[in-house]
Amino acid sequence: MNLLPYTIYLSFAGALLSLVAGRRSAAAARGVALLTAVACWGITLYAAYGFTPSNQMIQLVDVTWISQLGIHYHLAADGISLTLVVLTGLAATAGILFSWNIAERTGEFFAFYLALIGGVYGVFLSADAFLFFVFYEIAIVPKYFLIANWGSTNRLYGAMKLALYSFAGSALVLAGLLWIYAAGHASGFSLWELAQAAAGLSHPQQVVIFAFLFTGFAVLAGMFPFHTWAPTGHVAAPTGASMLLAGVVMKLGAYGCLRVALPLVPAGLEFWQPVIAWLALAGILYAGLVALVQDDFKFVIGYSSVSHMGFVLLGLALANPAAMAGTVLQMFSHGVIAGLLFAVVGRMVYERTHTRQLAELTRLPLHRLMPFAAVVFVLAGLASMGMPGFSGFPAELTILVGAWQVSKVWALAAALGVLIAAAFTLRAIQVAFFGQAGAAAPAAGPVHLYAPITWPERTGAILLLAATLLVGLRPDLLLNWIIPSLQSPMMQAVWIGGTR
Amino acid sequence: MNYGYLTLARALLPEMTLVAGALLVLAYDLIRGRRHTLPERRAAALLLGAVALAAALYDSLAVGALGPVYGNTLMLDPLAVATRAGVLGLALLTLGVAAGARLPRHPAEYVAIILFANTGFTLMGAAHQLLVAFVALELASLSLYILAGFNKDSRESAEAALKYFLFGGMATAFLLFGFSLIYGVTGELDFSRIALALAQTGMTPLLALALVMVLVAFGFKAAAAPFHLWAPDAYQGAPTPSAALIASASKLAGFTLFLRLLWPGLGALAGQVATAGNTGGWLTLVALLAGASLLLGNLAALAQANLRRLLAYSAIAHTGVMLLGVIAAETAGAGPLFYYLATYGVATAGAFGVIAVLEVNGGCQRITDLAGLDRRSPLLTGCLAVFILSLAGIPPLAGFAGKFFIFAAALQVGGVAGPAGWLTLLAIALSAVALYYYLIVLKQALVAAPAPERAGRIRVPTATAITLVAAAAIIVGLGLFPSLILGLF
Amino acid sequence: MNGLLSTLILVPWLGALVLALTPRLSPRASRVLALLFSLSTLALALVAWAGFDPAAAGYQFTEQHAWIRIPQVAAITCHLGLDGLSLVLVLLTGLVAPACLLASWRIERDPRLFNLLFLFLQGAALGVFLALDFFPWFICWELSLVPAFFLIKLWGGPGASRAAYQFVVYTIGGSAFMLLAFAALFAAAGTFDFVALAALAHSGALAASMSGPALTLIFLGVLLGLAVKVPLFPFHTWLPSAYAEAPTGASMFLTGIMSKMGVYGFLRILWPLFPVQLHAAAPVLLGLALGGVVLGAFAAMAQTDLKRMVAYSSVNHLSYCLLALFAVSYAGAGHPDAAGAALGGTVLQMFNHGLSASALFFCIGCLELRSGGRRGLGDFGGVRTVAPVFAGLCGIALFSSLGLPGLNGFVGEFLIFRGVFGLDPGAAAVGCLGLFATAYFLLTFWQRVFHGPPGPGVAGFRDLGAREILTLAPAVALMFVLGVWPQLLMGLINPLVTAWAAHLP
Repeated sequence: MNLLPYTIYLSFAGALLSLVAGRRSAAAARGVALLTAVACWGITLYAAYGFTPSNQMIQLVDVTWISQLGIHYHLAADGISLTLVVLTGLAATAGILFSWNIAERTGEFFAFYLALIGGVYGVFLSADAFLFFVFYEIAIVPKYFLIANWGSTNRLYGAMKLALYSFAGSALVLAGLLWIYAAGHASGFSLWELAQAAAGLSHPQQVVIFAFLFTGFAVLAGMFPFHTWAPTGHVAAPTGASMLLAGVVMKLGAYGCLRVALPLVPAGLEFWQPVIAWLALAGILYAGLVALVQDDFKFVIGYSSVSHMGFVLLGLALANPAAMAGTVLQMFSHGVIAGLLFAVVGRMVYERTHTRQLAELTRLPLHRLMPFAAVVFVLAGLASMGMPGFSGFPAELTILVGAWQVSKVWALAAALGVLIAAAFTLRAIQVAFFGQAGAAAPAAGPVHLYAPITWPERTGAILLLAATLLVGLRPDLLLNWIIPSLQSPMMQAVWIGGTR
Repeated sequence: MNYGYLTLARALLPEMTLVAGALLVLAYDLIRGRRHTLPERRAAALLLGAVALAAALYDSLAVGALGPVYGNTLMLDPLAVATRAGVLGLALLTLGVAAGARLPRHPAEYVAIILFANTGFTLMGAAHQLLVAFVALELASLSLYILAGFNKDSRESAEAALKYFLFGGMATAFLLFGFSLIYGVTGELDFSRIALALAQTGMTPLLALALVMVLVAFGFKAAAAPFHLWAPDAYQGAPTPSAALIASASKLAGFTLFLRLLWPGLGALAGQVATAGNTGGWLTLVALLAGASLLLGNLAALAQANLRRLLAYSAIAHTGVMLLGVIAAETAGAGPLFYYLATYGVATAGAFGVIAVLEVNGGCQRITDLAGLDRRSPLLTGCLAVFILSLAGIPPLAGFAGKFFIFAAALQVGGVAGPAGWLTLLAIALSAVALYYYLIVLKQALVAAPAPERAGRIRVPTATAITLVAAAAIIVGLGLFPSLILGLF
Repeated sequence: MNGLLSTLILVPWLGALVLALTPRLSPRASRVLALLFSLSTLALALVAWAGFDPAAAGYQFTEQHAWIRIPQVAAITCHLGLDGLSLVLVLLTGLVAPACLLASWRIERDPRLFNLLFLFLQGAALGVFLALDFFPWFICWELSLVPAFFLIKLWGGPGASRAAYQFVVYTIGGSAFMLLAFAALFAAAGTFDFVALAALAHSGALAASMSGPALTLIFLGVLLGLAVKVPLFPFHTWLPSAYAEAPTGASMFLTGIMSKMGVYGFLRILWPLFPVQLHAAAPVLLGLALGGVVLGAFAAMAQTDLKRMVAYSSVNHLSYCLLALFAVSYAGAGHPDAAGAALGGTVLQMFNHGLSASALFFCIGCLELRSGGRRGLGDFGGVRTVAPVFAGLCGIALFSSLGLPGLNGFVGEFLIFRGVFGLDPGAAAVGCLGLFATAYFLLTFWQRVFHGPPGPGVAGFRDLGAREILTLAPAVALMFVLGVWPQLLMGLINPLVTAWAAHLP
């Protein structure tokens, strides 16, 4: 467990090394990047292996940093952080494998990529609000350059929109945090101290601060109606980046809500709960319906990400242990599934067919031209629909259980969202891979019109599929970490304040 | 009360060193310059100038915080020492920038005037009396006017210098008028005595007029809106090292001077901005200046196509934040403001350094001239990225820490309810807007493909390279360990 | 025998895995391998039958494997068990599945994939019939949709895409609400286990743990999920297209086994857990079931596509099962004899319909093969003269479906009507309309296809080959056997049915 901070340091070091290695050759840069990602993932798995769940956070590093403001370089982890760092390691490794074909300025690509990952690890491990914010913002700039340099459709616009929305969200968060610090006369910036300070503020102030904090984080999580950056940005991004952005970086926002917004001002949650829940449901349903009519394959996946994140936000709003456990599980699950979906659409299909328009793809019998991609996408699609056996099912089930306890109407609406997800996923599978041409064509075996699936693609896909199956069949592996962590002293206030 | 001349001499050692250095530079060039080529003359001048600055730096640190000197004429407190050290450091950076910039026709004179300007700056850092303040300010300003117009081949340079001079001259007139009114009312020249006197008289219409005058002058000097009109042209037209100096050291010295004048000196007339009621003091005015600068600077920068003008408007926006720091100094002291000024200075000087090198290699006026920089020079790109991101306020760079401290301090003044709080929220919101134009600059450097006529690799002179890397390292280092500076106050 | 039930489920899946991992297997080898794995179900089911004690109460061969343990929150097990009802259905699966595979012997396009998907489907169906905990049950319920979707879509007729899509979306739609309902149940009761939940419902603890409206909503959710699957009118609109467009083997399995999953769900889940709600909703549901009976039959009458005709007839036949159940729930409390008869008839009807409907689809498949893809009512005629064996076997299947005394169909329908008549005479009377309509269209089928002047191309029809006879013969033989000796199956389920009838609220 004590090795966890090294995931941050190794990632940044790896970023620099990649940059240097990239000057020699692209292959060297790839090797360095993969090695770094695997090493960091290995550290997280090792920490997981030795982890005993409890309701206390495990302190990793606590050093005074800026004593004038009471800021500490404070890293800590609990079951929730552990779940998410394991996800990061997996998504990073898979993302690098699926970026194996980047040939131009490879060193720079992986430098930005690893810098982004380092920032993400930092966010998940921070226990000081200032440090949390620092890592949160560090993640913004690499995102811009990854999309602007190596992206596709509308990359400059998509990159700028994504960066500005993220930054605007973090500006709101900064305002909220400073407000608590100043008005509450906090002694320092650790989450605990800020929570104490916020508790002393008047109720109207707490309500407004919560709005700032939650909205700021929720923008990055793709909450309706601030979600418009997500489909554009994710479609514009190169495959490896989309996997990471939709899979992990959106979870930073949700994690921020969970770790910062909710525990610091729980009174605010009680006030805003209906609004957040309805916005989350609107996101689930609206994004799902939009995905149903998209013509660009990648946009379907982009909107499906917004829809799935709606479940996460709904779980956050419900503020009971069941729903919250489901939320964290859904964060992990969707991280893996989004990675798979983008990988297939972007890397396996688009790189070979050079089109993402469903109207064109449907004329190609893709399930015979790329059987591996078809199988992977079908499985990923099933997972995305919440099919039992895959990780989405226990996550959505738990959230529905939690929703039912708070409001039957919300639970029904969420169930409707599951149905819509099934509809658009099936449509995508059907139209893209099993188009009209399929029925008429004779002959056995796949026709080799396209480059074969490379070993990095296979490895990445298998890793992600294995993860979603494992968690789907044994969700208790993760839930046993998550559930005790939700009973920590900081989260207790949320339950008392938030449940109906 | 310390009227010892010896102490005064010790206190003024940095200034004396600088003057001596300037004279030495001029003398050397006069005697030996004829035999050398222009580049060699420039190298010699820069070297001697750097030695002088280093010596002055050593002196100011060695002299340290003596406290009041010569009957409170000068005040060598930690702020003064820090300002002097900062200004001299920034001047060293400027010399490094000059090493890579276009060759001036009279290098020795150029360096000498930089040194004179620095004399003014260091004096401004320590001034504690109206007359000394005025003299220091004028010394610095006159030197800067000349530096702005130093490029005699360029019309823009002449225009820049003229505008700067006219606006600056008018500002000086306002300042002098304000000072004389204050002297007239209080009968004192010394800041602490003025404070005592004002505590008894309170606010009168005459004093209100004096305040307005002083603040108008301050606004001019600091390029705060709506007195900023000289800044874009000056930044665009002046030779690059001059622009660097104007943007960095003069801001640092100017803010320190006015901070001393306003808080200890005119503190009694401050009023308050903690709540939204009618305050009737200069804090309200400063708040208005800050708000105007933030809005104008950020919004105007969005529309710029010329890189230097963009930096100018961004400077105006940063001035807004610095003015917020002045407001916050009531409760938080000078620490956050100084940190912000110092790191902003380094970042801007560094950015101008990059521009200077590019100027010699194909020109750099428009933002699009940066296109493809990462392929032409990874060093310049990396340094530029660090500087621009620091200006944008991205962690873990110093710009972010500076903004954070000032915002935290400003909110502590009175919570979110009053003007200080609203200003802070405005500043935070506008920083999101600012990211847009900073990213546009970086987009050109890191994303866009180079124009065919400007695609060759750039060779950066060693001195400039060392300077830029050192500046970038300072930004990163201070960003990671801000306590190094904050702990001084 | 310990682990028998797990083996039952896992062997077909093992077969699917083997086929998946051997991409270079020859078509013939893959078909044979698949058939062998599929037959394992029959073998193991017979073993289970041998070891089964009909008179014992509760479940036999039970297995409980700890699966997901979350301390203080949940303990989900993989709970498997066999009672008379599941045994009957497992036997049915064991008989129908190999028949489906034999019927698909001549599939040319990627037979390995076809067989792989089919084995996967078979295993999932077995999982549904054997699971006693919602978690594994629902997994198998949903997973069965996946291979079914691909079987219809990839090997089906021209409208297959749309039909498959509709089929899956409808079913998942219902399942979403069923999932929500069970989530709510879990929240209140803390368990997913059917046995435990039934006990809670019986003792009244379930009703006490949540409000009336909440319980009603949950009931409706589960009802919706199951109703779409059976299907119950008016949720049946997906069925005709799906059955018609699917390839022969898939249609056989869909009608033979998958529809029984729905009825099984009613018997295993809805009724034990929500007896009071079912009783309250029974009048409406009776009406719906009757609607299915009558309208299914009349719609079948109007069809010219033979497959659609049999599809609608499936709606009709399955609605009989539901009719019996709803009647029992409505009025069975005071009439244990009638209730017992109705319930026994239901189970028997499930088995019989599985046999006869799949046999009918197979016959239509044979017709299609010989006519070059046509299967309209008017495309044939006089087949009896050119293919007498075929006519004979098909005729038996038709009459079994019709309910001719002496064949198995009669016993089931008779028991149902006897029971329903004793419980709700009105409903029985209306149901008879369905009987008449069924007789009409099935006889029409018989007459127009097999008798009369030969249709275009009929002269070239060859009679059934050895493999085809092998496919039909066991089913037909059973139709005779069960027609004269229904005791064979009734012995298995009588004690169970009697127990059910006795425990009515």
